[in-house]
Amino acid sequence: MNIFVKVFNFYLEGFKNMKIGKTLWLIIIVKLFIMFVILKMFFFPNFLKTNFSTDEERSDYVIEQLINK
Amino acid sequence: MENIDLQLIDWSRAQFALTAIYHWLFVPLTLGITFLIAIMETIYVKTGNPEWKKITKFWMTVFGINFAIGVATGLILEFEFGTNWSNYSWFVGDIFGAPLAVEGIMAFFMESTFIAVMFFGWNKVSKKFHLISTWLVAIGSNLSALWILVANGWMQNPVGMRFNPDTARNEMINFWDVLFSPTAINKFLHTIYSSYILAAAFVIGISAYYLIKKRESVFARKSILVASIFGLVFSIMTVATGDESAREIAKTQPMKFAAMEGLYFGTANAPLVAAGMLKDCNDPEKPHIKDFAWNIEIPGVLSYMAFLDRNAFVPGIYDLVHGNEQQGIVSYFDKIERGKIARQTLEDYKLAKENGNVELAASLRAKFEDQDFIDNYFNYFGFSYFDDPHDIIPNVPLSFYTFHIMVAVGFFLIALFVVALFFAIKNTLHRYKWFLIIALISMPLAYIGSQSGWMIAEFGRQPWVIQNLMPTHTAVSNIQSGMVITTFWIFALVFTVLLIAEIKIMVNQVKKGPKIEEE
Repeated sequence: MNIFVKVFNFYLEGFKNMKIGKTLWLIIIVKLFIMFVILKMFFFPNFLKTNFSTDEERSDYVIEQLINK
Repeated sequence: MENIDLQLIDWSRAQFALTAIYHWLFVPLTLGITFLIAIMETIYVKTGNPEWKKITKFWMTVFGINFAIGVATGLILEFEFGTNWSNYSWFVGDIFGAPLAVEGIMAFFMESTFIAVMFFGWNKVSKKFHLISTWLVAIGSNLSALWILVANGWMQNPVGMRFNPDTARNEMINFWDVLFSPTAINKFLHTIYSSYILAAAFVIGISAYYLIKKRESVFARKSILVASIFGLVFSIMTVATGDESAREIAKTQPMKFAAMEGLYFGTANAPLVAAGMLKDCNDPEKPHIKDFAWNIEIPGVLSYMAFLDRNAFVPGIYDLVHGNEQQGIVSYFDKIERGKIARQTLEDYKLAKENGNVELAASLRAKFEDQDFIDNYFNYFGFSYFDDPHDIIPNVPLSFYTFHIMVAVGFFLIALFVVALFFAIKNTLHRYKWFLIIALISMPLAYIGSQSGWMIAEFGRQPWVIQNLMPTHTAVSNIQSGMVITTFWIFALVFTVLLIAEIKIMVNQVKKGPKIEEE
């Protein structure tokens, strides 16, 4: 059998036979959704990437901060 | 410091501390229990005794619960770097990039691949391949911890880089200096070894629960036997690396070292304060000084710890602030002046560039490449943000107590492992209920010790986010503090729910016991 099919079946069977693992995967998926879809998108924009379009602008801003803070 | 939004700084720090503390509730057990599982499975493969397979599979399930709940909690720290700590992220970007990229690749591929074999591979792959996978999960998770600890080590003792005044970034000039910095190596070893102790205490605690309940006695005794040997070996290693760390801190972060011991006035033959309680000094002329209400001192040990010489001079907080010519200690007053010269040079360089003064710009730019300027001025860059040197002293009581709690818990756990091992060898564990109760209670104690270790590492180095180069208040982004407060409470809620979920699932699994076969 093709190695890829074997690996696929290995994972498929593993996931199918999970007991407590199903609950744990549900927790992981909910957690990742909260982190990446809600928190990252709405609450955690990258400050420098959002406010400046080039690295040069970001550098100038941080130098300004270092000098004047 | 007059233009600083203290609320923003305090909430940003609180949020980072909250995230890091919660993250660290999950990590040390993963680091340690994976090796314990690998050892148990090795015994199973060597002996063929199915009892060891049962033991291995049970602890593997416990590991799986902890791993699943804890996985990705560390990613939030990276979100916070980009949003709340953008100046810092930019300033260190090139240094952090390489270690964190390696960490990401290693954690993702090594752990993820072999964890699948570890959980799904029973009876599907050969015993040897399964065993190798289990060992690789243990090694992989510990190696991924290496990279983040190297990054933290760099923040405590920045080496192997050069500041680029054009980009405002520190650029790596020697990867090996960053990786093999004594601070980074000690931090890595001390952190993983102490995590092994926590995992050993965890396994002993759960096993003790079974013995108290008079069930799973063979499972519990064998688990305690392995965990107590493992815990004892790595307790000794933790003491050794802690001792080495103390010398490194005395050299690179002498203020933290003095704060850890509540040492205000330096002395030769300095005593180690084994235990004590700090109080405010009654002298109104010394408002920055704390005194001991009581303490137990061991003469000369602090000098020996710091410099391997009982007669060596250990500088106190006062010596570091005011300097000590006799001991060759440059005062914080002087360092502030040097830092201001470095910052002024950066400003002059920027102005020269803006005004098109090519010659002046070139000469100022060259200073940032000049080793003499780097050693005597730029290395104190962060001091330029302070006018009062007393603002550069960390919270001494917090540093003192967290350090002493960490050490006390460490020595208590050594005693626990010795007694557990003795009773396990004699096969008399079940007779000593008092000891089993102590073993059970020791589980949260191990977490308190582990968290205290991080607290002294991080609070003790305040006000620096990067030692001597960048103070915490310079590192924060100009964002609304209301946003940070909101996300603080969101995190507090999400993490608390996760922690409750972990405890609930874990308790259910422990109640079911090792007979339940899991994937």
